[in-house]
Amino acid sequence: MVIFSAIVILTGLGLVLGLSLGIAGKYLKVESDPLVERVEALMPGSQCGQCRFPGCRPAAEALVAGSAPITLCPPGGAALVEQLAKLLGVAVDLSQTRDLEPLVARVSEDTCTGCTRCFKVCPTDAIVGAPKQIHAVVADACIGCEKCVNVCPTECLQMHPVEVTLRDWRWPKPLAAAA
Amino acid sequence: MFVLFEHPRLRGGIHAEEHKSGTSGKPIASGLPLPKKLYIPVQQHVGKAAEPVVKVGDPVLKGQLLAHSQGTISAPVHAPSSGTILDVLDYPAPHPSALPIRTIVIETDGLDRWSELSVPDDPFALDPEEICLRVGAAGVVGLGGAVFPSAVKLGLGRKNKIHTLLINGGECEPFLTCDDRLMQERAGHIVAGIRLMLRGMDAPDALVGIEDNKPEAFGAMLKACLPFPHIRVEQVPTRYPMGWDRQMLRYLTGWEIPADGRATDIGVVIHNVATAYAVYRAVCLGQPLISRIVTVAGDTVGNAQNVEVLLGTLIAEVLAYCKVEPKRVARLIMGGPMMGDVLPRADVPVVKACGGILALSAEQLHEADVKPCIRCSSCVSACPAGLLPLEMASRIRANQLDAAVDLGLKDCISCGSCSYVCPSNIPLVHYFKYASGELYKRQQMEHKSAQTKRLVEDRNRRLEKIRLEAEAEAQRVAEARAARARQNAAGGQAQQAAVAGENA
Repeated sequence: MVIFSAIVILTGLGLVLGLSLGIAGKYLKVESDPLVERVEALMPGSQCGQCRFPGCRPAAEALVAGSAPITLCPPGGAALVEQLAKLLGVAVDLSQTRDLEPLVARVSEDTCTGCTRCFKVCPTDAIVGAPKQIHAVVADACIGCEKCVNVCPTECLQMHPVEVTLRDWRWPKPLAAAA
Repeated sequence: MFVLFEHPRLRGGIHAEEHKSGTSGKPIASGLPLPKKLYIPVQQHVGKAAEPVVKVGDPVLKGQLLAHSQGTISAPVHAPSSGTILDVLDYPAPHPSALPIRTIVIETDGLDRWSELSVPDDPFALDPEEICLRVGAAGVVGLGGAVFPSAVKLGLGRKNKIHTLLINGGECEPFLTCDDRLMQERAGHIVAGIRLMLRGMDAPDALVGIEDNKPEAFGAMLKACLPFPHIRVEQVPTRYPMGWDRQMLRYLTGWEIPADGRATDIGVVIHNVATAYAVYRAVCLGQPLISRIVTVAGDTVGNAQNVEVLLGTLIAEVLAYCKVEPKRVARLIMGGPMMGDVLPRADVPVVKACGGILALSAEQLHEADVKPCIRCSSCVSACPAGLLPLEMASRIRANQLDAAVDLGLKDCISCGSCSYVCPSNIPLVHYFKYASGELYKRQQMEHKSAQTKRLVEDRNRRLEKIRLEAEAEAQRVAEARAARARQNAAGGQAQQAAVAGENA
């Protein structure tokens, strides 16, 4: 009988608290800067942490506050920088900066033990595999956040530059004349 | 007086040194010895790469299918000679980067035996669909340099009610004379190809445009077209880039293709003369596209001439046949000097796009240092597309690509007229090519960003679902345990009662 009353009380408590939290969430909502939301919507949203912020939202807040450079997001690349510059009204000179060479993770088949740790942390599900079987990285989906590299017990995951193929080879920028 | 107003004024363009006389008078050579090995890339066209259907060690006959086309815009490739498949590997492509491309290597047996060819009794009585099918199966692509699958273009023409087929015999690039020689020697076959194309598209009329620096070719084509009043042959002035399809169409008919439209939008389809010839071979003889005529020229070439080359022959072998002094070659170009591609090495194969091989010495290149822009606007006068090359280049130099697009970057045809006239030697076209590539890269980046977002959302949704399921499971287990405890408690009371009763 004691256990029955405990269940009833706890369920009741849960319901009341949940309801009040829900109401509070609706009526006592903290208005956030709509600009932050728009900046966040532009960002990749993978919370990879390459910008040294804990996630995309803190990074967006720092951007709006002006305490972070708009070139902070490596996965977003130059395209994101231009969009951010337009949205935030910041002048940006990309002529001197070069895109960071994009890196992707690759599994070395010799040392992979199939421990599954890497694909549990991958934010984009770019690693496939099964327990005790060699894993593989889907390069197209990899954003180069290096989370997998940090958890790999055998260091079989390494970052490599993206291989250039005939299809995505592009003309380099011509050298400007000395003025 | 009226002659002045007969044709629309030509916009832009340049008069470059022609360098054509060395090769235009010599017959097409077909004596190139059969190479020991042929290297056939599976992608020699715009669109998807073909998929190999042969294995290493398979014997193949001349004209046999090696790789079949994939998807709607693609083209198959065929064996240029008989032999054995030696390998299917990644081999350097005839491209400025010389990056590898999937290539089928044939070891030739020297017999050059044809596979069985299907030759129709009366090719001109075939259904239009059948003509398109045969052209597609023969791997015919646009041989003017764009290498767009011809069957797709014919099919597009049939769907869009075409009234005029424009055959481009402009060949405005300096040095190149392969179309010129083809028209001089095989005009009858070209006309047969034109008639087949017309039938394939259900189109009534054809118009052939030939630059007036090719009087022999013009005469030959005129003669070959005499029995067919619906095929008109016209001369156009020699002025690069006359062979730009829009320029030629505008000059001959006054019709303008909308900036972001296609020729089919105004009822016109444009093909090259060499493509018409390939269509003739494909339909009338049943032969797939396995060879093409290549102009070999440049001041390091001992015997400059047009050569009929099997696709897959290494460029180095063609150069040796034409007595090129390898030591003097400072630059090797595939195509013409204006729009061709620089090749960093000579051991790459001849492909469908290769209309010319130029081996130039340092003296002929006379390269000069790049100097700052003096805003003389020569490039503006030279641009056939009516753009402002100097403004576009300065935007691109500052990486303001969107501003360059607003100035019309996407209408640039990379003809090279602006770079040619620039007194400061600014590589203007290089800037535009770089910018187009960069824009494409950004587009891909944005695409990847969207994809990343989708993947992350999918993952979060999945993790949330797993979490909810685990919670529900935990709750179910807890409830089951509670129910069991209740049952036990109730059972215990009953037992106690029973024990008490017994005691009483």
